[in-house]
Amino acid sequence: MKNALFFALTAAFALNGLADTVQVAVAANFTGPMQVISVLFERDTGHKASLSFGATGKFYAQITNGAPFEALLSADNETPARLIKESHAVAGTAFTYAIGKLVLWSADPKLIDAKGEVLKKGEFRHIAIANPKTAPYGTAARQVMNKLGVADKLKPLLVQGENISQTQQFVVTGAAELGFIAFSQVIKNGQIGTGSGWVIPGTLHDPILQDAVLLAKGKDKPAAIALINFLKGEKAQTVIKSFGYELH
Amino acid sequence: MESADLAAVWLTLKLATVVTLLLLVIGTPIAWWLARTRSAFKGVIGAIVALPLVLPPTVIGFYMLVVMGPNGPVGQFTQSLGLGLLPFTFPGLVIASVFYSLPFVVQPIQNAFEAIGDRPLEVAATLRASPWDTFWSVAVPLAKPGFLSGAILGFAHTIGEFGIVLMIGGNIPDKTRVVSVQIYDHVEALEYTQAHWLSGGMVLFSFLVLLGLYTFNPARRKAL
Repeated sequence: MKNALFFALTAAFALNGLADTVQVAVAANFTGPMQVISVLFERDTGHKASLSFGATGKFYAQITNGAPFEALLSADNETPARLIKESHAVAGTAFTYAIGKLVLWSADPKLIDAKGEVLKKGEFRHIAIANPKTAPYGTAARQVMNKLGVADKLKPLLVQGENISQTQQFVVTGAAELGFIAFSQVIKNGQIGTGSGWVIPGTLHDPILQDAVLLAKGKDKPAAIALINFLKGEKAQTVIKSFGYELH
Repeated sequence: MESADLAAVWLTLKLATVVTLLLLVIGTPIAWWLARTRSAFKGVIGAIVALPLVLPPTVIGFYMLVVMGPNGPVGQFTQSLGLGLLPFTFPGLVIASVFYSLPFVVQPIQNAFEAIGDRPLEVAATLRASPWDTFWSVAVPLAKPGFLSGAILGFAHTIGEFGIVLMIGGNIPDKTRVVSVQIYDHVEALEYTQAHWLSGGMVLFSFLVLLGLYTFNPARRKAL
């Protein structure tokens, strides 16, 4: 009995070693598309992708402290560049896999008009943004408010989520009436699914460039390299676009 | 230390102080009741008080956000009173923290009350002390180590709170941005120097609190 168990465990580990798995750290805002892409990736290449979703800054801290990630899909383009500079990522492998689109969104179907005039009226208690210090979508949201000249007026009404998912949570629960979140979070069949929203023109903020990079631990791993290549392919790009991101 | 860090430290101390005082007021009758009652509800109430010990703060924070939001029962109640909504406010944090730190105050006090036993209270009664007088003149002085433990643990636990504040705080300077959130922000923004200052301070503070607890109050080990 004991021997049988030992044999089964050994066999399981051996099989595990044959099927190449890539450990990927994925920015929280890219959760939806990455779940779809990983299925296509596994079907097409036979490799497996093990996905961890979270904040890019936290991934940076983990990667520089020995986390077993082999590829990073960052929410910005600075973190991959920094990881390359510090030799935690492979030089020359960083590329923009998606350009984020910002949306002003409310769970209330009537609150937000097509031009975002609601911001100038300011008739609400709280407006949620992602922390501009740590989240690229938060930085973009702040730029939009500055450009529209409403930043000072809205400042006392601001509440910050630690990342874009938490910001959405504030708005979904109604604790904040509206907020700046990622288009990808509320998109359904190419448009805003529920509530009301305003897809913010790219002219109002710097582009939200999301870069992916092959990490040092994935340097010689076929599955990790295959994933990076797969993200550049047509199949992945179709998915990325369908979630409301733009491409380079 | 930059001024935003100092503001966070000050806010955290203010929060912990208010919460500890409130918890002593709210927790003492609960602890007394739990220690003395033979009611069938003792188990239920005891379990509810202990819930925050086992629930992840994210669960508590998530439900608080929903319950205190505009569509939740508490949110509708506070709005009907003209108080507005509790999420993203200091009073909201206080209420959430009171619930979150409740067992850390109630349990040591309850254990201290239980340790007194019936006899001193019966003796006081035979000397014609009223129950109110007995409580203040006999039970509270005898349970002093329990109160001390409860207050220190409640204070320290509120200082270390993170998950709930993150969920219902909204990271507003001087209102809801406490030290733990400030540290998280520093780490996320890769500002490790500032993160170290605050984190190191927290480690030192926590150690000193517990050292004080174990050095000056050896009865605590029995009381918890």
